[in-house]
Formats: sequence, C-alpha cells, structure tokens
Amino acid sequence: MEKSKKTNGVVSGIIANLVMVKADGPVSQNEICYINLAGVKLMAEVIKVIGNIAYVQVFESTRGLKVGDTVEFEGHMLEVTLGPGILSKNYDGLQHDLDKMEGTFLRRGEYTEAINSSDEWDFKPLAKVGDEVIAGSWLGEVKESWINHKIMVPFKMEGTYRVKWLAEAGSYAASETMAVLEDANGREYPVTMVQTYPVKLAIKAYTEKPRPFRLMETGIRIIDTLNPIVEGGTGFIPGPFGSGKTVLQHALSRQADADLIIIAACGERANEVVEIFYEFPHLDDPRTGRKLMERTTIIANTSNMPVAAREASVYTAMTIGEYYRSMGLKVLLLADSTSRWAQALREMSNRMEELPGPDAFPMDLPAIISNFYARAGYVKLNNDATGSITFIGTVSPAGGNLKEPVTESTKKVARCFYALSQQRADSKRYPAVDPIDSYSKYLEYDEVKDYLSSHVSDEWINKVEEARNLLMRGKEANEQINILGDDGVPVDYHIRFWRSEVIDFIILQQDAFDKIDSSTPMKRQQYMLDLVLNICNTPLEFDSFDEVNPFFKRVINTLKQMNYSEFESEAFNNFEKELIATLKERKAA
Amino acid sequence: METIAFKKIYTKLTQITKATCTLQASGIGYDEMAEVNGRLAQVVKINGDNITLQIFSGTEGIPTNAEVTFLGRPPMLKVGEDLAGRFFNAYGQPIDGGPEVEGEEREIGGPSVNPVRRLQPSDLIPTGIAGIDLNNTLVTGQKIPFFADPDQPFNQVMAMVALRAKADKIILGGMGLTNDDYLYYKNVFDNAGALDRIISFVNTTENPPVERLLVPDMALTAAEYFAYDKKETVLVLLTDMTLYADALSIVSNRMDQIPSKDSMPGSLYSDLAKIYEKAVQFPDGGSITIIAVTTLSGGDITHAIPDNTGYITEGQLFLRRDSDIGKVIIDPFRSLSRLKQLVIGKQTRADHPQVMNAAVRLYADAANAKTKLENGFDLTAYDERTMQFARNYSQSLLAIDVNIDTTQMLDTAWNLFARYFSKAEVGIKQEFVDLYWPEEKK
Repeated sequence: MEKSKKTNGVVSGIIANLVMVKADGPVSQNEICYINLAGVKLMAEVIKVIGNIAYVQVFESTRGLKVGDTVEFEGHMLEVTLGPGILSKNYDGLQHDLDKMEGTFLRRGEYTEAINSSDEWDFKPLAKVGDEVIAGSWLGEVKESWINHKIMVPFKMEGTYRVKWLAEAGSYAASETMAVLEDANGREYPVTMVQTYPVKLAIKAYTEKPRPFRLMETGIRIIDTLNPIVEGGTGFIPGPFGSGKTVLQHALSRQADADLIIIAACGERANEVVEIFYEFPHLDDPRTGRKLMERTTIIANTSNMPVAAREASVYTAMTIGEYYRSMGLKVLLLADSTSRWAQALREMSNRMEELPGPDAFPMDLPAIISNFYARAGYVKLNNDATGSITFIGTVSPAGGNLKEPVTESTKKVARCFYALSQQRADSKRYPAVDPIDSYSKYLEYDEVKDYLSSHVSDEWINKVEEARNLLMRGKEANEQINILGDDGVPVDYHIRFWRSEVIDFIILQQDAFDKIDSSTPMKRQQYMLDLVLNICNTPLEFDSFDEVNPFFKRVINTLKQMNYSEFESEAFNNFEKELIATLKERKAA
Repeated sequence: METIAFKKIYTKLTQITKATCTLQASGIGYDEMAEVNGRLAQVVKINGDNITLQIFSGTEGIPTNAEVTFLGRPPMLKVGEDLAGRFFNAYGQPIDGGPEVEGEEREIGGPSVNPVRRLQPSDLIPTGIAGIDLNNTLVTGQKIPFFADPDQPFNQVMAMVALRAKADKIILGGMGLTNDDYLYYKNVFDNAGALDRIISFVNTTENPPVERLLVPDMALTAAEYFAYDKKETVLVLLTDMTLYADALSIVSNRMDQIPSKDSMPGSLYSDLAKIYEKAVQFPDGGSITIIAVTTLSGGDITHAIPDNTGYITEGQLFLRRDSDIGKVIIDPFRSLSRLKQLVIGKQTRADHPQVMNAAVRLYADAANAKTKLENGFDLTAYDERTMQFARNYSQSLLAIDVNIDTTQMLDTAWNLFARYFSKAEVGIKQEFVDLYWPEEKK
C-alpha cells in the first residue's frame, strides 16, 4: 500500500480554504498533504480529484498562498497517534498537543507531537512468545496514570501473527520495540507502544457488538430515572441556544460513571473549554477520589479555529475512544456540538459547488451522521473482555426548530433523545429536558429491564412509568385549567396538576450549581422517587381550589430543602418529618 | 513586507460584476490587497492566472482597462498608543482630520488565541443596571450582544454600559451606523470626558456596505494591541452586527455561493465566531470584552443572524418596553449571561444565585397570571400578589434607569419577596432565608 515515491504537486487555484493542486503522480481520496507557504507547512486533506487536479481542504488559513507553491502528498489518510500519554491531554482537532505550542496565539503550521516518544513507561508483558495474535490483541500493559494501558497489536495489521519476541518487564521509551511479530511467511514486524490509525476508519478489533444493557449512572435524575442511557449507548441533546446544552454536557462529563471521558469541543466557545481546563484539575471524581482531569481528554476545535479541522475533530475523538475501548475500558464520548461539524461539511460542500440537499447541507449528511454514531457501542473483545463507548452529542438546531436536517438525521440513529425546551429554560426549570418529548429507547430493551429489576428494584420500571403517567395527566389537567379557568374544573384537576409539579420540581429539576443537588446517586434517586410517588398517591382533601396551590408549594419547598441536604443527614430527616406532618393536614380520611 | 519600488500595473480586466472584477496576474497571494483605479480591493479567489478581486466600495464606473496594482500584503492596521482618541474609517484611515498614526503595522484578522493560554474570565463588570448586574451579570472577556428591535434604545444602553464599565480603552466598531448615531456616541463619550480612551472605526450608512466587513477586524486588531501588548482591559462595542452579516450575504451572493437559511452564506457561523471569539481574558491581566448589537426584525430570534449569534456569544440581552410601568426593561426571561455563574455568589453575596432565580420564577408566575386575566379568568389571591410583585420588580430592578450596587439589588429583592410572599412561596434555601428575610415589615 505504501507508495515508494511521494507524489508532489503545485497549487493551481485557491478559494478560501479549498485549494486546487496539480499532482504529478497518484493521489488517493482523503490523503493528507502539506502545502509549503513561505517555509511554513500547512496540512490539508484531499476531498475530491478530477484528472490530475486534487481538491484539498486546508486545515489552516490560506492567507498569502500563491499559485505555484509546492505541495507534498503523504501517502496516507488523516491519522491519529495512539499510545500511552494521551490521557489528560488537551489536543486540537488534529491531535496536536495544545500545551506544547509556543506563544499565546496559535501559529499556522505549528504541529506538535501528540505523544512524547521519549517518555518512559513501566511495561508488563501479558502475552507469551509463541502466542497467536491478531490486530488488537493485548501484548502487554503499562501504567498510564491509574489506567492499565494495554499495548496492542497495531490495528492496521491484517491476519494472524505469532509473537516471536516480547520485551521483558521493565521501563521502556514509547518508541522502543516491545515485540516482534512474525507472519505465516516468516516476515517480521517490530511493534512499539505507539501506533497510528486513520480517523475515518472504525477500529474493528472486537468479536461482537451485543445489545447494551448496563445502566450508566450520570447522577442527573431526569436522565437516570426517566430516560436512562446505558454503557455503549447513544444519545443526543438538541436544544436552542440558552437552553442549557453545555451545562448538561459538563454535568455529564463530571459525574458520569465511566472510566474515561473524551470531550470533543467541536466549533463551540473557547471559554467553555477553558472552564474544563481550569476546573477539572481541581475537581474530584466522586467515585474514585481522583482528580477529574485524570480521566479526561479534550479535543478542542473551538469556533474560531480552522473549519476543516472541525470536521476532523469528532473523528479524532472517536478514534481515541475506540483505542481505549479496545483495552476493555468504558469510555464516554461527548461532542459539543455535532451541528458545527455538519456546518463544516456544508461549507466545504458549498465551495466544491456540489448540488445541495435540504438547508444547503450535503446530500449524504444522514449517512455521515449515522456512520459516526454506529462507531459507538458495547463490544466483546477478542479475549472476551468487554469495553464500551457511550456517545452523547449535542445538536444546535437553527432557530430551535427540531425539524432541520441535523436533528432529523440524528434522531434516526441515536437511541436516547433529550430534547431541551425553550419554554422550560425560560421558566428556569433546569435541566430543561422536556419530560414528555424526550425518550430512551433502552427502556424497551429486555436486557435493560432485567438489569434495572435486579440492580435497582423489581418495581422500578413500573414506578418510572407511573411517574411518567402522572406527568402526562398533570399536563392535561393544566391545559384544561387554562381553557376552563381555575373554578371551571373540579378541584381534582388542580390536585392532579400539582402532583405533576411535585415530580417536576423534585425529580426533574436539579440545581447543577449546588454541591449536593448537582449529582444524585441511584440509591438516593430511588428513595426520592418512592417518596414523591407516595405523596402523589396520598388521597388529599381540599374545600376549594385555592387551597391546593399553597399546600403543594409548601410540600415542594420542603422536598427541595431535602434535595439540598446531605442524604439521610439530620437535616434531611427533619425535613422529611416536616413533610409528613404537612401531608397529614390534608390527608383524606 | 517592505514596499517594493517597482509595482507592476495591470490594465486588463476580463470580468466585472457588481462587487468583483477578474484579471490575469501571477505571483499573487490569497487575501492580498490591491488597488483598482485607486479603490481598495482584496483577492477572494485564485484560479490559475485568473485573480478575482472584491472591490470594497463597489465596481460602479470601473472600466475594463482600470489600473490594478497589488499591494503584496493583507489588510493592515498601524497600531500604537496614538490610536487613543481617534476616529477612523473601515480601512483604518483617520477621518477626524488628525495625522496618520505612527506605529507598527499589523495584519488584521490575525490568528486566534490558543485555548490553553486563555484564562477563565473571572472579573465582574458592574454596570449599576440591575437587569444586567443581578440577572445577567457581565464578566471581563465575555462576548454578549443586545438583541433589539431597531426602535429600542440599544445605543443609549450600550453607551451607558461602556462608560460605567471602567475599561482602560473602549473601541467602537460602527457598521452602517447612521451619522446621527455616530455623532451621539461621539457626544456622549466627549461629555463624559472619556474621549481619550475611545477609539472608533466607523462605517456609516453613507459608506459602501461591503467596506463594513473590515470594521470588526480593524477594531479587534486595535483591541488586541491594547489588551495583549499593553495589558489593558478593553471593551469593544460592535454595532450593528446584523448589517455586517447582510454585507457578508451580499458578497457571497455575488460570488455565486449557494445560500443557506435566510439567504445567509453557509459560513455565517464561522464568520461571526471568528469575530466574537476574539473576546478573551489574557493571563497577565489584559482582556477583551465584546458587547455587540444585533438588530432583529420584529423580535424574530429564529432568523439566521440572531440564531447563529446566540450559539456563539455567551448569552444575550433583550430590551423590552414594559407597558405596565412605561419603561424599557432588560427582559429577564430571554436575557442570559452564561458567564454569570463564574462570579455570582462568589464576587457578590452568596444568596445572589438563589435570589435571582426565585425572583425570575415569581415574575414568570405573574406572566401566567396575566395571561389568565387576559383570557377572562378569575385570579387567585396568589395571582394578584405575583402581579403586584412583578410591577414593583420591574420598576425597581429591571428598568434600565436603575443605578445601584449588587448588594442593594439583593436587599431590594428580599424586601419585595417579604412584602408579597410567604417563605414557602419564595422557596429559597433555608440558610439564606434565615439571614436575609426582612422580619415583619409588611
């Protein structure tokens, strides 16, 4: 596959970051090339070829580029470098280490190494000489922070090999040969700790992709209780601006029960990434006590960074996720926002003068999105260990209208739908996930039902259903009240509405900025749902409708204080006693 | 790049459209500036020897034998301390009759800041306006637009915020500013004795629209000089970004690009982001804060311009005329400052976040009550109280003529809570209620 001689070319045309290059040899689609601009090399990717003209998208500004400038083709697609040392790094969309770049401003053509090849790691062999191995087989492991980072047979290697030599336990540099593999013909292949892999191709080093079943706790009640996501599941969060997408994603990245978090900040605000840079090194992971940064890797292509690299950034993040999944880890991949990625596709499609699809997006947008989501999932590896990538993307629909191409294409593939509602955001009901429109397909999975029955409680699914019904009935009652007036409906309607408000205020709404309320463990969620359903099932008596509102306001207020208190603390228990006393006042005989 | 003694003059245009012209030339760099019969132009497309130039002031009267010279450089601005107090056009040329500015020439629209070299914004910008300080607190390094209909007094509010913000430099980027508004700003800053810290780049309605495209980059290049080189706090005012986006769509249309939503170019998001993301807090003290104006048509925020802006900026401020009190207020529902979480309750009193949310929630209840009333239903006692609260809240906190400090705002809110509601109805954390609930002052 490797070409013996590199293809060269010269620039023949420029429209913004689309550059036409006249090539003197073979060029492949998606091949990477470097354009020489007055001593600076600009990275670019081939996106179309007509005759001997390659159309390349440049990952940098093309200011000052001239016709006749020289181009070198690299003979491979856009690749990421995989190996120990990725964890906790801050990369740009093309996996250049942002911390290693000099100066305050980004400079064109400043490409830094993703992994320090001279870093030394303590290696422990897992395979033996003579073992038969295939791509993705674990040869050994090194300790990367707290992770047992597996050194694997490179994913690019096809077929079966035999381990001819394997390094002994000890300290080695990342670039040293750790093993020598031999194919059936006796050809030898040295393997180091570091390998490269093209981002646009999925890493398929697993035997099967079973249906996911294990709940992934996020500490967010409206997700865990009502619309749970599972390890290896997919979900998306569409919402107009200001509805709290980013706050929700940050909460997920802080609290989710995953081994690793990869955040692709794709075309979003730089200050949001900065928030992670500054907070995560200081915040503790409640489950392990380690700093959050120790499990987080950031791929930052903020909105002012080059557009073409934005498209690459989500693939870079996914490929790194697949790499860690192949080690048997559970990875949570967050992309904020997939709409910006789609817009990057649109900009290029437009410059190439392709016939546009809906809203000027490229025609194959649905296919691109569904291929990408399909790379997530729960997998059984070759050695029967399991790993997963849970993927949650945000979508920023134009004008907040969910009937637009990116939302619609995503809805077809993602299994969880967390619709953020402008109305709920306006009335500060955060997280503004719409309880009626949102859904989790996983609740229909028998595997998931079984898991919830045995790990949460037998009755759990029924209770969640009940809460959902109460919310629906409350909404209907409210509509009736609004049409017929407060005194035009039976008092019962008011009670029904206020019961749904109790669920809304206590289960659905959550204060992301409160230390205690921001993250609710499953046990506490179960306790609170039981308590709230208990209240909803308590028959109450009121003489007139205007007694209902103040009574439930008091109930909600007390429950809220419980949410703000340490679980089962004295304060928590006292508020609960107060609540029971309040309920007694109106309890029907 | 140094000046070349001999410049080649081209005199054969092969194509002329409303905004662009094409000629054959070689050795030309992308984005390079050129002069066509003395009019400034920029390279926007190169195809072999065919160079397409966008002429900023339009192609009216340009002949096919126009003299074209290439300047060998992208658009530049001379930066230096002397910029302070001066007025420039979109090309960075003085329009106040003063001398040329001496200083280093910098490319405009330069590279962006490495995200890992940014500091998290953390300094509150007090404005005295409770609708902003209490509900939508501004922070240095933030970018936030006013979403306003053309009839609303956004220029006045923006000038007021700029003067109270205590910035070292205020840079005004005026795009399609009417001459009257331009003079208004000039007067207000002059009267406040602030002219020596103001720098203006102005394209008025009298100038060609495509020229506007240079204004934000000019303003922000000057801002970067003061914020990064001089470590000053810089406030950039951009008005009106809708007219900037309109100019983008004119150019993309003339370049035969396929329009996306609302006839805007598909790259609108990136184009706007490049400008707004220049807002930054540098680690060594300097900062650029951007306050912009995006005018709406009929309050429609789903239009591509405000919509894309909302996804880029860190919140937005809405002005609304409250007919109950007859004043313009900062709309608490639709306004949002995303960075407020970084300062409220930290640099302000700890009860700030909860008081803010409770007040807005009660104000929302009042809005519901009002709808009920309009639909002809009876109001409950609670509804009546929320409506009274809303009127008072609007009058003493939301109106743009309020000028008090944050602690006073919080106390005012607590007093209003106590006057109209029970503690349970307000629903604030007990520890704050114990501290701040004014006792028995009904």
